[in-house]
Amino acid sequence: MVRINGNDIEHMEGKSIAEYLKEAGYDVKRVAVERNGVIVPKKSYEEVVITEADTIEVVSFVGGG
Amino acid sequence: MKMNEDKLILGGHEFTSRFILGSGKYNVELIDAAVKFAGAQMITLALRRANSNGEGNILDYIPQGVTLLPNTSGARNAQEAVRIARLAREIGCGDFVKVEVIRDSKYLLPDNQETVKATEILAKEGFVVLPYMYPDLNVARDLVNAGAAAVMPLASPIGSNQGLATKEFIRILIEEINLPVIVDAGIGKPSQACEAMEMGAAAVMANTAIATAGDIVAMAGAFKSAIEAGRAAYLAGMGRVLTNAASASSPLTGFLED
Repeated sequence: MVRINGNDIEHMEGKSIAEYLKEAGYDVKRVAVERNGVIVPKKSYEEVVITEADTIEVVSFVGGG
Repeated sequence: MKMNEDKLILGGHEFTSRFILGSGKYNVELIDAAVKFAGAQMITLALRRANSNGEGNILDYIPQGVTLLPNTSGARNAQEAVRIARLAREIGCGDFVKVEVIRDSKYLLPDNQETVKATEILAKEGFVVLPYMYPDLNVARDLVNAGAAAVMPLASPIGSNQGLATKEFIRILIEEINLPVIVDAGIGKPSQACEAMEMGAAAVMANTAIATAGDIVAMAGAFKSAIEAGRAAYLAGMGRVLTNAASASSPLTGFLED
């Protein structure tokens, strides 16, 4: 089980960040990713693999002041 | 000085517009027109958990060439602000950040101490830091020393449209701080934006005044005119004020009865 944006999700272990983002329908150009409190650089999305108990945040811009 | 030579410089970047537009609380489809009517060259954004449902991203609605100013809203301390700023930069839209640290949920007043801490860390990491702050001269000096590119004192509580409640304290910052002073938060009407600019503010940031207006795009245009008028008046130098006296504007000679 991993935690992504506050939700517990099964069967993510072993996927790369790039695979997850694509499957989940994110626009890779418009997001930033943090894994266990550390930013994953865009160039590392293919190499970084999700492992058991990871906490992942996927963020993007919204309107704000 | 000619108006077209009058530039706002933030972290080495030049702007001819002195109106920083917010993008919160209104339909993203109005952003393009609002930016154009505002003549804005900088727009603020917030960072949040992303939706994966394929909705249009706000970045798709912002015209090319407009500088993005992500804020650190949601941060309750310096560490959280730094985390948000780093994530915002990772998206890949520049080095600007509006540091905003708030742990007061009623009046949304900024935590000046934590703001100074975050500014220092982020400035060292190469960010162009524009800190949102309560207008306190000592804190403004700390922000200068921390490497801020400007200071952004609040006019009144965020989203209140109450106008320049802190006017005299902003005036002190303008006099004493050798960085652009950008009046942020609480500006509710174009006349208040104009007044801030007449005082010598370097720029005005507005969001709610526009987002809650009857016609959002038209109000963006009204703010543009007011900010330009205030700036022009500041550069022109105000006429003097007489107290307990008057001074005829028409000649005091050549009256018909003479």
